[in-house]
Amino acid sequence: MNSVVCIAQVPDTESRIKIAPDGRRIDETGLKFIVSPFDEYALEEAIRLKEKQAGDVTVLAFGPDRVQQALRECLARGATKALHVKGDTGDADALGIAKALAAAIKTVPHDVVFFGKQGVGTDNSLVGPMVAELLDYPQVNVVTHVEFGDGKVTAHREIEGAEETIECPLPAVITAQKGLNEPRYASLKGIMAAKKITIDIKSVADLGLQDTDIFNQRVTVVSLELPPEKSGGRKIDGADAAAAAREIVKYVREEAKAL
Amino acid sequence: MAGVLVFVETKDGKIKKVSREALSIGRKLAEAAGGDLIGFASDRSVAEDAGRCGAKKLYVAANIGPYLPETYAAAMEQVAGDAQPSVVLLGGSSNGRDLAPRLAAKLDAGVASDVDRLEWTGGKLRARRPVYSGKAFATVEVNSVPAVATTRPNAFPAEEGGSGAAEVVEITVDAKSKAKLLDTKVPEAGELSIAEADIIVSGGRGLKEAANFSLIRDLAHALGGAVGASRATVDAGWIDHQHQVGQTGRVVSPNLYIAAGVSGAIQHLAGMSSSKHIVAINKDPEAPIFRVADLGVVGDLFQIVPALTEEVKRAKAN
Repeated sequence: MNSVVCIAQVPDTESRIKIAPDGRRIDETGLKFIVSPFDEYALEEAIRLKEKQAGDVTVLAFGPDRVQQALRECLARGATKALHVKGDTGDADALGIAKALAAAIKTVPHDVVFFGKQGVGTDNSLVGPMVAELLDYPQVNVVTHVEFGDGKVTAHREIEGAEETIECPLPAVITAQKGLNEPRYASLKGIMAAKKITIDIKSVADLGLQDTDIFNQRVTVVSLELPPEKSGGRKIDGADAAAAAREIVKYVREEAKAL
Repeated sequence: MAGVLVFVETKDGKIKKVSREALSIGRKLAEAAGGDLIGFASDRSVAEDAGRCGAKKLYVAANIGPYLPETYAAAMEQVAGDAQPSVVLLGGSSNGRDLAPRLAAKLDAGVASDVDRLEWTGGKLRARRPVYSGKAFATVEVNSVPAVATTRPNAFPAEEGGSGAAEVVEITVDAKSKAKLLDTKVPEAGELSIAEADIIVSGGRGLKEAANFSLIRDLAHALGGAVGASRATVDAGWIDHQHQVGQTGRVVSPNLYIAAGVSGAIQHLAGMSSSKHIVAINKDPEAPIFRVADLGVVGDLFQIVPALTEEVKRAKAN
């Protein structure tokens, strides 16, 4: 079983976001980048599959040169191959990125394609299902459990207050939710082994695509703003629990109108 | 090219709240952009209700079966081909978020995800969407025709504004789904999902141990709300991740958010600070959660939360 894991590199979730002078992007100066947290579950599942059934785990990312750092991290954890499609994510919309990834996936042998359920940061939750449609594969989104059988996958999909069990033939696209597994850390041996692997680098043109397929401006960012700074509201002393409870109920009833 | 097409999700013969919200803002967009508000549903019995929400036409694929992305994307593509809308809206439910990207890839369209503001301006759809889990807001323009957007639950009021049933147009969908739905399980019967709840009561590390989540559950049940949780409690295994609010959990914007024993790590604040009314209970007066709280109570949650639950029950009884 061969799998492809598509990853996004995103600002560390602990970082404070600053807006760049153009007012349309974030200021990347001094920002620490990480593999998007949901992609870690995707990668872990692919590595476990490889450990059970052999095969390759190819990690794939679209983005500027800094994404190679994220690909290296994935190799250190147990991915066996890495492919970087060069391009500026800020100029491409989700469908543009999906087209680049779909074209790249076609160049790699695979039975299943994993994504995180969303890239933490842009929070679009779009690229995985778009790739599924472009490749005419079935998709199971927001997955908390998977089992692979003979030419098929059975997955649990999380929906509001319930869980669906979905079966699809392979190849299929699976997007990972927190809870799918417990991702491992990279071992020293893994880090050393990863250094020997060459990251395959391709341009959009190498994949037979035009820049206009990718940077088509279907969606453009007009402006990016920080939310208004909240100064905090009223603060009361809760030493008298009963009095505090009455005060909260008054607020809930009169201000929130929720009682 | 005119009008607004909305994916109308139904449950037990009723239109779901997220779809009512999408229809409501869709009606306003249709007024601005020209053309009619139209819907697509799998259940024709909601035609009258859809009409009340402002829909002139409701496309219905009665043979389509339960939701699966491949068949529903094919159906919506078929409807979009017939109705030629300028805008396609989907409520940001699990299914709406699953369907929008698949459909957009079919239509070669741009998508604005999880938007909390929408307007039609200069012949284009302009949307505001929280990014970096609410640490910033992006205003985007969708330049494709149609323009696709998913609406954030609770961000748009569900106002009715039509009269008479929507005209039903039956369609037949030939597409087959490779994916099959085998089963739907409701694991925690009666538990509300935080994604669409109007009221959320969240617990944090201040609860000290898993068993104390019962205090949070009791208050949530008394208020008719959902149970939320900080990442620390989920990572400690005190509660299932479905309850997690924040950057690697769910970003929520309920009417009322009560946080007890949640200090307010940056990624938790990002996930809940757009809630309309925020109450925080914490023993540390310097806890960051108080920066976003409208009402902050400095005190012992083990005293205050049970007292509050009793007070809520009393208020409801009167």
